[in-house]
Amino acid sequence: MNKTVKIVLLVLLAAFLLALPYLAEYAGGRAFTSLATRALIYGIAAASLNLALGYGGMISFGHAAFFGIGGYVVGILAYHHGTGEAFLGFIPGSNQLLVTIPVAILVSGIFAAIIGALSLRTSGVQFIMITLAFAQMVFFLFVSLETYGGDDGLIIRRTNEFFGLNLRDRTTMYYLCLGMAALVLFAIWRIVRSRFGFALVGIRQSERRMAAIGLDTYRYKLVGFIISGIGAGIAGALMANFLRFASPDMLAWTKSGELMIMVILGGVGTLFGPFIGAAVFIFLESVLASWTPNWQFPLGIILLFVVLFTHGGVQGLIERLGGKRE
Amino acid sequence: MSEPILSVRGLVKSFGGLVATDHVDVDVYPGEIHALIGPNGAGKTTLIAQLCGELSHDAGTIALDGKTIDGVSVADRVHLGLARSFQITCLLPTYTVLENVALAVQIRQGHSFRFWKPVRSDTALLARAHAHLARVGLADRADALVANIAHGERKQLELAVALASEPRLLLLDEPMAGLGPVESAEMIEILAGLKSHASMLLVEHDMDAVFALADRISVLVYGRVIASGTPEEIRASEEVKAAYLGEGDELGAEDLVC
Repeated sequence: MNKTVKIVLLVLLAAFLLALPYLAEYAGGRAFTSLATRALIYGIAAASLNLALGYGGMISFGHAAFFGIGGYVVGILAYHHGTGEAFLGFIPGSNQLLVTIPVAILVSGIFAAIIGALSLRTSGVQFIMITLAFAQMVFFLFVSLETYGGDDGLIIRRTNEFFGLNLRDRTTMYYLCLGMAALVLFAIWRIVRSRFGFALVGIRQSERRMAAIGLDTYRYKLVGFIISGIGAGIAGALMANFLRFASPDMLAWTKSGELMIMVILGGVGTLFGPFIGAAVFIFLESVLASWTPNWQFPLGIILLFVVLFTHGGVQGLIERLGGKRE
Repeated sequence: MSEPILSVRGLVKSFGGLVATDHVDVDVYPGEIHALIGPNGAGKTTLIAQLCGELSHDAGTIALDGKTIDGVSVADRVHLGLARSFQITCLLPTYTVLENVALAVQIRQGHSFRFWKPVRSDTALLARAHAHLARVGLADRADALVANIAHGERKQLELAVALASEPRLLLLDEPMAGLGPVESAEMIEILAGLKSHASMLLVEHDMDAVFALADRISVLVYGRVIASGTPEEIRASEEVKAAYLGEGDELGAEDLVC
């Protein structure tokens, strides 16, 4: 694909995404806007995971922890805003998106720093298992917090406020998520092409080589992991606003698996891949679930096909069709 | 003679019952090429791994410029002026030849915690990387993917990447291994030309290369330095002949693991 074709495709895609709520309404399928919103939110989470997994070679099986923490930050702040008493006695609640998102970034970043600092002492299968173990610890922590709903989750009575917009309105929420997705995509695009990204992708290819030219690989992997966790936290905060609900379900290990599946479906280590993967996953989930309650089964077969035959997910397939690779 | 740039004293490393490095003393002086030879399994690569910090030694000291670097990490040793090349090339396959070198230049310039400016439009960085490629004769292959270049070119690139760290001491682990006669001759010429820029500890099996380049030679057998001296002294040493040159084939057949 040459540059002009790429730009034209991007403009068309942007136009389509901007017009999507109106197209959906015109076609009589308002639910489609909600579906697209979910795809965007999961796309943010998957793209963030991809920064660690695809670009950094850190196969984290615990990203649901950061996703869920982002969600619970919104939920807990809303809860304390409602009751009027401060969290831990000194942190007041909030229902302002401009407060909750930065707090979600901070808290998921801190968790990612702790989990990453310990997990990155290992690599390979051990790393996968340790990130999973930490995510399970976070999961059970929130299950045990009866104040915040425990097993049942935490209902958020009112969505966050953001410049007087009504975030309960499906279309408004869709545009908010579209804007955030664009921001996250742009940030990842810049990071991957920066000196940091250059080194991070080098570490994935050969950690030994990077050490031999003087890079303290642990620090760079850790920072990559933290950025990745923060992205998942942002997605979680958006999801809690969208669902008006934060639950242990967001933290479950199956959620980590779903995020991984999205990355693999779309294309590991590609820029748009995780967003495509998330969209395909959400779309397939809703279509297949309307046919059979065992929708995971046909999804598994499709995933198998993608892994075996596309060489790099949907994005890889598109690029080959476009003649970029042989 | 001036102070050695690298000074190794009483270095010991054992793996279980096997003593891979047995009280090794080696000095490398500024501006010299010190060759380390020995049959397969003598512990040459193990020694290199300890010098660059990938393996920790059990006893003894390693000093760079008179300061001990025991316990200093691989990465920090590079910043102190120690770089290595790998026997089995260890390059970044999805990056181009130029990018492999540019990354080493970038790291040499300081930390890489810069998240926003695109690195591939940093012309100053790429120009420096190009200069290092030119020194090893790879300038015309700059844009080739590493996965697609020939073995000889990889060996040259290994050297260019090591040079990009601007080391004062280069540890070269068999830079001629697997090269044809023409490529070897080229590599000898390149290394001879680099002598004024960095001191080198050269591990090599190619005796023509060793005797063409080395100022001094140490002979390592079963983890011990059995002789150390000028090429003439080593050539004349009966002990070396008996232990290494004479029985080389036999020893080589035993220990192909190295």
